[in-house]
Amino acid sequence: MSAARSLEPWRWIGIPMLQVLGATVLFGIPIQVWGFHLPEPVFPMAAVFAWAVIRPSIIAPLATVAMGLLLDLFWGGPLGLWGLCLLVSYGLVLGGRSMLAGRSRLELWAWYGLVTAIAMAVGYLVTGLKDKAFPGLMAMAWQYLATIVLYPFAHRLIDMFEDADVRFR
Amino acid sequence: MSLRESPLGELKVPLTWTAAVAVIVAVVATIALLVSDRRDAFRSEAFGTTRGAVDTVLTPVGDALSAPGRWTGAGVDAVKGYFFAVSENQKLKLELQQMRQWHDVALALRNENARYRTLLGLKTDPPIPMVGARVVLDSRGPFAATRLANAGSDQGVRVGNPVMSENGLVGRIVGLTHSASRVLLLTDTASKVPVMIDRTNARAILTGDGGPNPKLAYLRGQDPVREGDRVMTSGDGGEMPRGLPVGTAVKGLDGRWRVVLASDKAPIDFVRILLFQDFAQLVNEKELEERHVPPPTEGAETVGPTPPAAAPAPAMAKPAVAPTSSGPRAAPAKPASETKAKAPTARLEPASPKKAEGQKTARAPLRPAAKPGETRSVERAPPQSRPYRATAPKHSAAASQEPPH
Repeated sequence: MSAARSLEPWRWIGIPMLQVLGATVLFGIPIQVWGFHLPEPVFPMAAVFAWAVIRPSIIAPLATVAMGLLLDLFWGGPLGLWGLCLLVSYGLVLGGRSMLAGRSRLELWAWYGLVTAIAMAVGYLVTGLKDKAFPGLMAMAWQYLATIVLYPFAHRLIDMFEDADVRFR
Repeated sequence: MSLRESPLGELKVPLTWTAAVAVIVAVVATIALLVSDRRDAFRSEAFGTTRGAVDTVLTPVGDALSAPGRWTGAGVDAVKGYFFAVSENQKLKLELQQMRQWHDVALALRNENARYRTLLGLKTDPPIPMVGARVVLDSRGPFAATRLANAGSDQGVRVGNPVMSENGLVGRIVGLTHSASRVLLLTDTASKVPVMIDRTNARAILTGDGGPNPKLAYLRGQDPVREGDRVMTSGDGGEMPRGLPVGTAVKGLDGRWRVVLASDKAPIDFVRILLFQDFAQLVNEKELEERHVPPPTEGAETVGPTPPAAAPAPAMAKPAVAPTSSGPRAAPAKPASETKAKAPTARLEPASPKKAEGQKTARAPLRPAAKPGETRSVERAPPQSRPYRATAPKHSAAASQEPPH
């Protein structure tokens, strides 16, 4: 029975991880369309949210840290910033996993927005402490908006793998 | 059937807890990384091997990925050039007419400036060599705003070099590999650049906040800036040359003065890295350190408290004399350990290492008794005070009796 098979980590962690990192690199290309830069969403946020909803795992937090570090290296930010922000969101969703079970798409989207806001608030505080200058709220709002519109990607991942492992239904 | 009664239910709780433990361990690890990260140090060694390796890999990747965008842009420009050739020609002719007038003015000013320079004996800054580079990747988020350029240490680029587009200052180099360099943009929260207002000469620090318009912090004076004032680098601190165009001052929605960056006028695909070396790099520091300061004239007025000739000099008195106008650069930047190590090269009186150690340890108890201003002058002056002892053995003998400083 396919449903009874244990979920392979590379399927629900490895492939999405590569996809979001690829998308991040793609959106890092310095092009302007009609004078506007491409948005810079935090693609890994969608994968992290979905991983925590799908099932608890030891590999997922490690993959989250790895993605965070790669984001920091790619974007040139302080090493550990995005690792911490993503881990905070993963921990929050993991802690409230029982509350999120069985919720509608819109409700989950709202939760995703809330978790993203908390993660960015952590980033705001850490940057302020580290650089002695707080990031502008408008710049944060743009990145926040660009990130929360990625929820459909997270939902697709949840739909694909939520019932893949019968032990965590 | 409840969860506990289910044969598979037992699996759920332990794994959740194990995952929670993994999250906590990972959080601790990332906080440790964050604390130890020295991105704000802006030194090449702080850039790190990992960052260097990643940038080396990303440079060709970004170059390849951005190639279609470049080709498309070039194609669009070619088509626009073909269809708008007539209007472009008219515009350029008008511009050329205006530029001819400015050309005459510039020639006259150049001639006048050259005469003034000759009259004043003014030494102007040397010309700054430049390296061209292409931006292959960039980040524009609120927490980090950097660009990756495809020129590195092989092309002579150094950490701290200013980076410009054809319109104005973009940022400065914070990390290097052989073939790539990481540019910290003016909009990054870690970016602080000393600038001045062209009209009033008022100074400020341009502070990034992740948004497109960095803030003008620490503005001083009454009405130092007005809407539309030109902002340029002040060169204060020696990190950047003076007079690089930065942008135009505007009042932000939050009531703060901000700068619309000149470099935002056009897409930043190519940049110029100025191979600028500040004063500290250009001068021969070794030569400056070896120069001996002449002893103070007997009976002349000196800055700071002068010790009476007969009594043993207080610890603060002698060094306070040192910072005369004719002296070389003060040595505040030299740490105590370095000063001690360089003592023999300065051909000092045989101040044994033991004595030097004594000086170092004895300085601390003297501090509370001294005035704050005096303490500062002592700490700044030691390298200049040594030559006195070297040239005047009498002082040197006295120094061995008086409290070391």
